Parts: sequence; C-alpha cells; structure tokens
Amino acid sequence: MSRLLTLAAAAALIAISLPAFAQNASIQVEKPYARATPGGATTGAVYMTLDNKSNAEDRLTGASSDVASTLQIHEMKVVNGTMEMREVAGGLAIPAGGSVVLKPGGYHVMLIGLKKPLKAGDSFPLTLQFQKAGKVSITVPVQAMGGSNDNMPGMGHHMDMK
Amino acid sequence: MHRHHLVLAAVTAVAVIAAGFSVSLVAWLGGVNARVGSGGVGGPFNLVDDRGAAVTETVLAGRPWVIYFGYTFCPEVCPTTLNDLARWMKALGPDADKLNYVFVTVDPARDTPQVMHDYVSAFDPRIRGFTGTPGEIAKVAREYGVYYQRIPTSDGGYVMDHSAALYLMGPDARFVSLIHYQEDDATAVDKLRRLAALAGSS
Repeated sequence: MSRLLTLAAAAALIAISLPAFAQNASIQVEKPYARATPGGATTGAVYMTLDNKSNAEDRLTGASSDVASTLQIHEMKVVNGTMEMREVAGGLAIPAGGSVVLKPGGYHVMLIGLKKPLKAGDSFPLTLQFQKAGKVSITVPVQAMGGSNDNMPGMGHHMDMK
Repeated sequence: MHRHHLVLAAVTAVAVIAAGFSVSLVAWLGGVNARVGSGGVGGPFNLVDDRGAAVTETVLAGRPWVIYFGYTFCPEVCPTTLNDLARWMKALGPDADKLNYVFVTVDPARDTPQVMHDYVSAFDPRIRGFTGTPGEIAKVAREYGVYYQRIPTSDGGYVMDHSAALYLMGPDARFVSLIHYQEDDATAVDKLRRLAALAGSS
C-alpha cells in the first residue's frame, strides 16, 4: 500500500514537472498541430517544426501520447502517382543549428490506434523523444481537416472560386 | 499398344494445353486491345457498399462518376483527398448532384462496411464507400489500373501504398480524366463541372 502511494506520488511529481520540459534548451518545437480526423478513422498525423539550437545533430527517435496506442515517425511521398508512406528508419535527423519541418506531403508523427476521433478546437499532450535532447513535451492543438493545397496551419478551409 | 495410347494421350495433352494457352493469350491480348479502345479504365465489379448492400457497376451507370481508391487507416492522403472532393462538391453547387461518388478501399481486411460508412459520411453523405472480398478488390483495382501494396510497420501492423488520383468516368462508363493529388482547386472543379455536363448525354 505504501509502495502504491509512493508510486502515485512519484507519478504526480513527474506530471507536475513535465511542463518544465516543454522547451528543451537544444530542441525547440514550433507550431505543432494535428488535423481533425473523420469518424471511423483510427489514425491521425501531427505536424510541427523542430529547431535544433545545439551544435550537434540530433534525432527524433519516437513519440508517445495518451490519445493513441502507437506513435511512429513517417515520411509520406507521392511517387509516380502512388502514395507511399514509410517509417523513418533510425529516427529523423535534425541538423546542428538547423530545422526540419513536419508537414503534409512530407514527414509526420503518425498516431496509430486513436482512442477517439480528434476534433477541431481540442488539444492533447504529446511527448517527443530525441536521441540527445531527451524528452520534450508539447501540447498539440487540433485543426479542421485540411485540403491538399493548404500545407500550412491556418490556411485553406475556404475556397475562393472566381 | 498401351505405349502407343500413352504417347497419343501425352501428345494430345500437350496440344490441348498449348491450344488453351494460345487461346487465352489471344483472349488476353484482345482484352487488352478492347480495354485500350475504351480508354482502358474501369469495368464490372461485385462489391459491398457502406450500408452492407451488394453492389455492381450498374449502381453507378447512368450518371458520370468519381471513383477513388484508398483506405481509412490512411492518416493523410485519403482524408485530404476526400476533404478536397467534399469542398469541390460544395463549389459545384447543384451540378454536384449530377455525379456519383465512390471511395473504394484497398484494405478490405480492416475496412468493413461500418468503418467505411463512418468514414465517408464525415466528408459528404453523397460519397459512398465500397469494400469487398480481397479478390474482388484486386479485380476492380486492376480494372482501373490502380496499384496498391501492403507495407508492414514495426509495430506488427501495416500501411498501404496506393495510387493517389481520382478517376472521372462518363455516364457510358468510359474513362474521362484524372484529378491528380494536389491538383489546384480551380482545375479540379473545372474538370468536375465538365464531367457533370456529360450527365444525361449518354
């Protein structure tokens, strides 16, 4: 029983201290967002920009979140009209002093086994795992489902038909 | 005498197999030519719609239709394309009702009629979802020249590679054109409007 209490206290402490990780000294996460998912969908995708402020290459090796059972780093591309999606082997490299953009049509953190659909306006916590910088926790806002021509958050969703 | 019969039987068997092969080769070549002649895209199918009803190509005939192959497990291209399509349908206004819209899964193992129903209705209730046996899905994909392949992932699951274009078919079941992934809105809506203009002209 006392062991349980200790565990609970430790869990609470970890939970409280998590926001302190939000912006790591070497890795900064900018403009994270996920797209709302249609009913019946059990997968989703999270996009963001990763800035490496350090003078050594780092790698995004994994991610975890309560909203889905498995998270993977994927690269999507269209080759000769065929959509191909692959796990990024060995993690996604972020060059020293450089940045990598995760966006539709390129890299994304794939959410597999969504526990419920992602709804526009909601947000959820997600922890990124880096090879050198360790864990970085972020809050991901959910945006309305986008179209293929709005690769940036906040764009699209309305058409100007002349 | 037995040996004689055996030889005769063997020769006959070889001849029959060879004849069968050339007949099927000719049939196959003829089929390819016939398909090229009619645009080479599309054909009959036996699938199940998102309400669980058996459907064939006859449910689409009479109106032009838009057909897209994907899967609901797809995190990006499929929802993006269907969301694009739903926006284009709104832009078409009343013309949108002159077309049929179908989303065919290339992942029938996971995409049951119920999953397909929940999925397509999130975009536009006029889009129908078709699933079926792996054999029937393979057949309809082949008819449309759609490529798909299962790719395993590290968690023991899989994703699907698949053709990303929308196929536009005329009311006479002839292939009209494609809308490619990331085609701009104005071009896509223009292609759909021209497709809608074919309605009732078959």
